[in-house]
Amino acid sequence: MYIELGHLSLILALPVALAQMILPMIGAQRNDAVLMRVAAPAALMQFLLITLSFLALTWGFVTSDFSLQLVTINSHSAKPMLYKISGVWGNHEGSVLLWALILALFGAAAVVFGKDLPDRLRARVLSVQGAVGLAFLAFIIFTSNPFLRLEFPPLNGQGLNPLLQDPGLAFHPPFLYLGYVGLSMAFSFAVAALLEGRVDAAWARWVRPWTLAAWIFLTIGIALGSWWAYYELGWGGFWFWDPVENASFMPWLVATALLHSAIVVEKRETLKSWTILLAILAFGFSLMGTFIVRSGVLTSVHAFANDPERGMFILIILALFMGGALTLFAARAHVMESKGVFALVSRESGLVLNNVLLVVSAFVVFVGTIWPVVSELAFDRPLSVGAPFFNTAFTPFILGLALFLPIGAMFSWKRAKAGRVVKTLALAGLVAVSAAILLWAMQTDRSALGPVGLFCGLWIFLGSVTELWQRAGRKPARLLRLPGADWGKFISHAGFGVVIFGIAGLVAWEEEDIRIAQIGETFDVGAFSVTLEAVEEVQGPNYFATQGRLRVERDGELIEVLHPERRRYPVAGMPTTEAGISNGLMRDIYLVVGDAQAGGGYTVRSHIKPFANWIWGGAIFMALGGFFSLFDRRLRVAAGKRSGAAKPTGAQV
Amino acid sequence: MIRRAFSILMLLFFTLPAFAVEPEEMLADPLLETRAQSLDEVIRCVQCQSENIASSNADWAKDARLMVRQLLLDGRGDQEIMQFFVERYGERVLMTPQLNGSNLILWIAGPLMLLLSLGGIFLYSRKSKPSGSVNLSAAEEARLKELLDE
Repeated sequence: MYIELGHLSLILALPVALAQMILPMIGAQRNDAVLMRVAAPAALMQFLLITLSFLALTWGFVTSDFSLQLVTINSHSAKPMLYKISGVWGNHEGSVLLWALILALFGAAAVVFGKDLPDRLRARVLSVQGAVGLAFLAFIIFTSNPFLRLEFPPLNGQGLNPLLQDPGLAFHPPFLYLGYVGLSMAFSFAVAALLEGRVDAAWARWVRPWTLAAWIFLTIGIALGSWWAYYELGWGGFWFWDPVENASFMPWLVATALLHSAIVVEKRETLKSWTILLAILAFGFSLMGTFIVRSGVLTSVHAFANDPERGMFILIILALFMGGALTLFAARAHVMESKGVFALVSRESGLVLNNVLLVVSAFVVFVGTIWPVVSELAFDRPLSVGAPFFNTAFTPFILGLALFLPIGAMFSWKRAKAGRVVKTLALAGLVAVSAAILLWAMQTDRSALGPVGLFCGLWIFLGSVTELWQRAGRKPARLLRLPGADWGKFISHAGFGVVIFGIAGLVAWEEEDIRIAQIGETFDVGAFSVTLEAVEEVQGPNYFATQGRLRVERDGELIEVLHPERRRYPVAGMPTTEAGISNGLMRDIYLVVGDAQAGGGYTVRSHIKPFANWIWGGAIFMALGGFFSLFDRRLRVAAGKRSGAAKPTGAQV
Repeated sequence: MIRRAFSILMLLFFTLPAFAVEPEEMLADPLLETRAQSLDEVIRCVQCQSENIASSNADWAKDARLMVRQLLLDGRGDQEIMQFFVERYGERVLMTPQLNGSNLILWIAGPLMLLLSLGGIFLYSRKSKPSGSVNLSAAEEARLKELLDE
């Protein structure tokens, strides 16, 4: 019964979205306040209806209602509760419903927080948001209905892919979607601005918090996914350049560019049309990502449910929205008159360079991701584009970004004195270079990546410290009184430095050992000695596991006893590897126990992974910096909460 | 030379040592085994999805690893071994697309885009420069005062 209610409210959301799309848009065109006023209740109603429908589906999973086809295919009564719930979005239909739910959530949030927006702009934003909602609701109802019933419900379900039965999965997709879909707000604002024919500092202030929020979620979502891959896939890689990872990475890169260019619009009222274009592209990449994940055009370890019909539907959505928005852009972009002019050496130029590098690197990822398809269709040359290509083609742009970041960040608006900035940063540069040279000299026969990464990481970190210190007028007491945006900038940039260093350190200094170990055997890996104490059979809630007990010591002192596992899930008939990981600030010890060998003993892989946690730690810092910026009082004012008038601000970013 | 520079670049950046290689597969000669492992990194497991034979646990990947080692023991060169796989399984078997023919588009797309955008910005800034006015807004005026006071 509740399933039918959920189904019904999903179907009802469709006409509501239609009304939300059409009426306010006509109202805004004709300046009809009554029609414009439809937008807010429609957006709230759409959120309510989709929430009901999502709850109904969740309830189906929680109670293991196998009369629902989706539950039968993707759940099992023996599954722990957490995975019954996360199983809702661990499949195609449910995850698209989550997509639509979050879209509606952002629409409702725009109503709640956007009370201060001019009526017409708000009506148009909500109308565009409604259009996106309509497209995805139609997609769900016509191609991916989660509420299909089975005539003869089976006694039990087929279970969820064991790889996905992990706390990491429970949170990775919702965060990713909050990011993906959050970019729809930037898109809606961009289209609304094109229709209005007006972009000014106020517009940028309304857009920036939404973009920032989406960016924060996307950052956390990507970091969670990478962390999950690290401990779940069994060999400790953190990034695979898999099409689906790229699908989330491209919008992230463009959103990062957008964040920075929106600052220029806000402070200097220039780069307007470029910022609009970025806002459209950022959401375009989100849709592209959805297409990549959902169509199965590109083979990927993530390939869940996909079929050509669904792919075609999303491709049409993508074509409609991008085609429409870009046509509108071509017709109206010239209306956006720039006010500020700037010299070649200025903060504006620095941010332009930032944008160019980020967008070009997103473009490289894009070309690499779709190249297998292009090459096969256009050149009849089937091939694959793997990690080595991306590492080679992508990294130089990010290194360029890392080199210029501290310098560009210290330029003043409009016209900067390069000499002065260089002088201020000299100390930071000197320390970073010396540390890298020292490291280079100390390590023999090792990858150059370590020193290069150390230099970039330190350079960005110290550069950010220098800048914060300068902003505070070199007075410690004033540090705490700096606006949240300054702290946000510092924390995010420093976090970026930490990520670069972590990646370089992990890749350059990792040590590994693969061997057949007998029970009781002790062997050395790097500075540590590992003893295989026992291998036992254990039973989990819905799996059996071969669990090793390994003792890790350093200089005779116990570090940790680790229990790596190989799990077998009888329902799915599929094994997974659970690495035993000892987390540390300076290194992770990563142990995997493999199969029993014919001659006795077990395969044991041991990895020492230096600075692994810095990668995710740095990403969390980047997201945290975003939060600081988001809660900057000046942006709060802009986001609609009245807490004092916005005062003219200087060159903060 | 360029190829060598490329492979060095690849080694410098990100090559993740990721081994599914079983101890009993490994060659006794550490030098050959190192070569074998770097070949494992660039040969794709055709049975899997975007995984190289170094990290894949599939049977095909295991056979491929053994084949790589057998060929190395026969004294074949790295390029020869990769060619061996390409002849049998097509270009798909390589993780990195070869640097020739239509693939040049893929490889130069990024640098070309960078040059184009920098060039475009240069032209645009030259074109739009004369129309610029130097009127300061109130906010700028305030900032100017702030800067001068510093």
